[in-house]
Amino acid sequence: MADDHPLVRLETLALIAIGGFAGANLRFFALGVFPDVLAVLLVNILGSFALGFFVYEAQYTGLVDRTSRIVFTTGFLSSLTTYSTFAIQTGITAGPAEPLVLVAIVLGNYGLGFAGVLASRTLARRVTGGSTATAENGGETA
Amino acid sequence: MISGVGAALVALPLLSEFVAFDPEPAHVVGTGGAIGAVLRHGIYLHLSSERFPWPTLAVNVIGSFVFALAIFAGAGESTIQLLGIGACGAFTTFSSFSVETVQLYERGDRRLAVVNAAGNLVLSLAGIGVAWLVVAVVSL
Repeated sequence: MADDHPLVRLETLALIAIGGFAGANLRFFALGVFPDVLAVLLVNILGSFALGFFVYEAQYTGLVDRTSRIVFTTGFLSSLTTYSTFAIQTGITAGPAEPLVLVAIVLGNYGLGFAGVLASRTLARRVTGGSTATAENGGETA
Repeated sequence: MISGVGAALVALPLLSEFVAFDPEPAHVVGTGGAIGAVLRHGIYLHLSSERFPWPTLAVNVIGSFVFALAIFAGAGESTIQLLGIGACGAFTTFSSFSVETVQLYERGDRRLAVVNAAGNLVLSLAGIGVAWLVVAVVSL
């Protein structure tokens, strides 16, 4: 069946929804276990690391099937991580009244999130033997 | 626009009561997460761009605005779980944002990477500010 067949699209949407359900639930679980700021920081770092691995692995070898990758990354990982709660914590929880907390939240999420992506890039290179990129598989970060 | 927002604010407590029938918060958050993920997928299909990650910027700003709107409107716990933590939490994404920012930087568009990093934060915070204003104006 072609990728744009209505049933395939419906199946993709259903799988993304299931991934979204699971990702949001895991984030909610983390919010129950850890203090809110730490929970969001943790899911954002782990999610950035995992998505980075999938994206760079796709660039280097593309072993993971394209549909599985989109479902896992778009459905699960992108729902596990969140920008809105991070922004709410920055703007409302910390806000101008707590400038040090504000800076710590932004630097923590940005710094460790980017570091997670760089770490997974290194891991993907090591796992795949660092073979050259196949551009057609790259760029699907959603 | 304002009447639409007003209607939404009126609908929030009703939605909250409706959701209160489900006693399991994980189901509420998960349902919101499923809706948020599918909506985000729709935005990515329509806004996709090679040059700049517009879809991620769009979902992050819109999601932050809506989440803040629910908070400032005084939405109940169930509504926050469904709409805020679930739908807006899943609609917005940090993983795509960080991977795309690193990719912009490593392909040589360093200025765009900085613009993307700062733009997501500034515009999302601005969205939260606008949400505060909207609630303040509507409740006058």
